[in-house]
Amino acid sequence: MSLELTNLSKSFKHDTVLDGVSLQVPEGKTLVLFGPSGAGKTVLLRLIAGVIEPDNGQIKISGIDVDGAEPEDRNIGMAFQNFALFPHMDAHANIAAPLTAQRKDQSAIQSGVQALAKLLKIDHVLGHKPKELSNGQKQRTALARALAGKPKILLLDDPLRNVDAKLRFEMRLELPRLLSDQNATVIYVTQDYKEAMAFGDEIAVINDGIVQQIGTPEDIYLTPANVEIARLFGDPVINFLDVTLQKDATGVFVLISDKRIDLDANYSHAIGNECTLGIRPESVLFVNQDHENAVPVTVEAETPLNEKTVNLCLTARGREIMASRPAGTDGPENGPAFVNIEAANAVIFDKQTGVRIESEQSTGEGNVT
Amino acid sequence: MQTTSTLESVLRGIAITAIILFFMFPILWIFLMSFQTNETILRVPPSLFFEPTLTNYRSLISGKLEGSTATLEIRFMSNLYNSLFLSVTSVTVGLILGVPAAYAFARLKFRGSEDIAFTLLSFRFAPPLLVLLPLTIYFQQIGLADTYGGLIWVYQLIVLPLILWIVRGYFEDIPADIEYAYRIAGHGFWATFRKIALPLAGPGIAAAGLLAFIFAWNNFIFALVLASADKQPVTVGALAFITASGINYGQIAAGIMLSIAPTFALALYAQRYLVEGLSLGAVKG
Repeated sequence: MSLELTNLSKSFKHDTVLDGVSLQVPEGKTLVLFGPSGAGKTVLLRLIAGVIEPDNGQIKISGIDVDGAEPEDRNIGMAFQNFALFPHMDAHANIAAPLTAQRKDQSAIQSGVQALAKLLKIDHVLGHKPKELSNGQKQRTALARALAGKPKILLLDDPLRNVDAKLRFEMRLELPRLLSDQNATVIYVTQDYKEAMAFGDEIAVINDGIVQQIGTPEDIYLTPANVEIARLFGDPVINFLDVTLQKDATGVFVLISDKRIDLDANYSHAIGNECTLGIRPESVLFVNQDHENAVPVTVEAETPLNEKTVNLCLTARGREIMASRPAGTDGPENGPAFVNIEAANAVIFDKQTGVRIESEQSTGEGNVT
Repeated sequence: MQTTSTLESVLRGIAITAIILFFMFPILWIFLMSFQTNETILRVPPSLFFEPTLTNYRSLISGKLEGSTATLEIRFMSNLYNSLFLSVTSVTVGLILGVPAAYAFARLKFRGSEDIAFTLLSFRFAPPLLVLLPLTIYFQQIGLADTYGGLIWVYQLIVLPLILWIVRGYFEDIPADIEYAYRIAGHGFWATFRKIALPLAGPGIAAAGLLAFIFAWNNFIFALVLASADKQPVTVGALAFITASGINYGQIAAGIMLSIAPTFALALYAQRYLVEGLSLGAVKG
C-alpha cells in the first residue's frame, strides 16, 4: 500500500511542530525520516498512526483518505523509540497483541508469535515480562509486535536508538532484509545518518517542522540542500570555508590561502557572492608541495576513526580543515603539510541563507525542495 | 564511625519506640479496657492488672446492655452491618463512577475538564454541616432521607473526589505510548481501557478504594443527621453507650475494638499500596 501525505500541519498550543509536510512513499518502499530531535518526526508518525489528529492536510493510505479513522482501523504496525511494551504482559502476549485484535484462533496466534520470535532470536524469552528483558530483547519484542499483524504500513520510530552499539550494528545489517521480506511500506525515523543511508530508498530530511530535502541517499550526501543537512550527513563533518566566487578567462574559482581552487564553470551566476564552500574530509588529500595549487596547512592532530583516520589541519589563516583518509594509509607528521582539495565534489552554499547554490545546468532537476 | 552509628541506631530505636508508644498507647489502653468492667476501669489508681472478662463483647454481640438497674437494648451488630454495607456500597459506586471519570480527566483533554475536576475536589472544602442543612430538607422532600440510597449518594461527596484525584494521577503516570501501541495493534478504545489502563493503574485504584473505604467508614456527621436508628453506622451507634445511668466505658472500648477491626485489618494488609498510591497522587495530581 502506498502512503501519501499532503500539506500536513500540526501545532500544540502556539508551538508549530509540523508546517505543511508533503511526502509520498510508493508501495513496498522505505522512506527514512531524518532530522534532529524536536524536528517533528515522531509527531508525523503519530499523525499517520492516527493517535493524534492533524490540524490541516490529508493522509492517504492506498489512495484512501483516512481522516477520522481510528488507529485500530488503519492496519499499521509501529515500533516506538521507547519500545512501549505492555509491562504487565509477557513477551509472548506483547507480540500476540495484533493477532488477538484480529481474532485469530489460539493455534494461529501461537505459530505466528513463534515464527517471529525465532526470526528475531527471542524465542527463549517469550515467557518473560518486559522488565526482565534486556534492551536488545525489548527492542526485538517491540519490532516483532509491530510486524505480527502483517501490517501494510510499518512505522519505525528510531528503533535502534536505545540499544547498545553491538546490537545496533547487527540490526543495521538484519533490518533491511527483514523489512524487504515483509513487503511493507516503511517509514523509518532516525537521527543517525548512517542508518538513514543504509535503509532508505529515499530520505526525507525534516527540520523545524518542514521537509527540507527529499532524495536518494546519494542525492542528500552529494548535493545537500543547505548547510545544516551537509553538516548532519557525514562523519567527520563536512568542512566549511567562507569564500568569494571569482572568475577569470579560464573559469570560476575560489582562493584558499591564496591558492586557486577551480570550480565548475556553471557557478558563474554566483560570481562575487560571499559563499560557504563545503568540502567533504575525504576530498582533502595530502600531497607533496610541488603539486599544483597545493594548499599549505599545519597538521595539528590525528584521530583514528574506525575505518578512517582523520587529521585536523589549520590553514594559513587559522581556519580548521579536516582531512580523512582510509585507515592504514600513510599520513603526514604533525606540522607543515600540503593538501589538494578536490573541487569536483565541493558544494557551495549562500553564506547568508545557508541554501545550496546550484550549478546552472542542474537547476530544475527537481530533487531539491 | 562505629560508635556514631551505634549511638545513632540506639537513638533511632528510642525515637521509634517513643512514637509507637505515643500513637499505639491509646489503642492498647482501649484494648485492655474492653476486657474490664466499669468498676475496674474507673478505680483509682488505674492498674494494668485485672481479671479479664468477655461480658462487654458478649453484651454487644447479643445486643443486651446490662446496666446496674435495667437491661438496655442496643443495635451494635446491626450498626456494624450498616457501616459495612454503606462503606462497601459507597466505595463500589464511587469506583464505578470515579475510575472512568479519572481516566477521562487524565487522557481526554476536553474543554473545562480542569474546572470540572477542581469542582469535584472542592466538595471536600465545604464544612459538611453547611451542606447538610439544605440537603436534609431536600432529602425529606424527595423521600431520600433515612434511606440507604440517600446515604450512599451523600457518601459520594467523601468518596468520589478522593478516588478521582488519586486514580487520575495513576492514569497520567501510564505512558500514553503504551496505550497508543495497543490501539495501533488493532484494539479499540474500550479494550485498551480494560486491558491496558485498568491493570496498570490497578495499585492506584486499590489504594484509592481502601482510603475511600476508611473515610466512608469513619464518617459520622452525614449519618448522624440523615439516618435513623436502623440505618445508622457504628460511628453514630456508639452514642447509645452514653446512657442515663452512666457511660459504659467497657462496652465503648469493646465497640471501638470491633469497629476499627475491619479498617485496621485492611490498612495493615494494604499499607504498601496506601503509601504508594497516596504519594503518587500527591506528586502527579
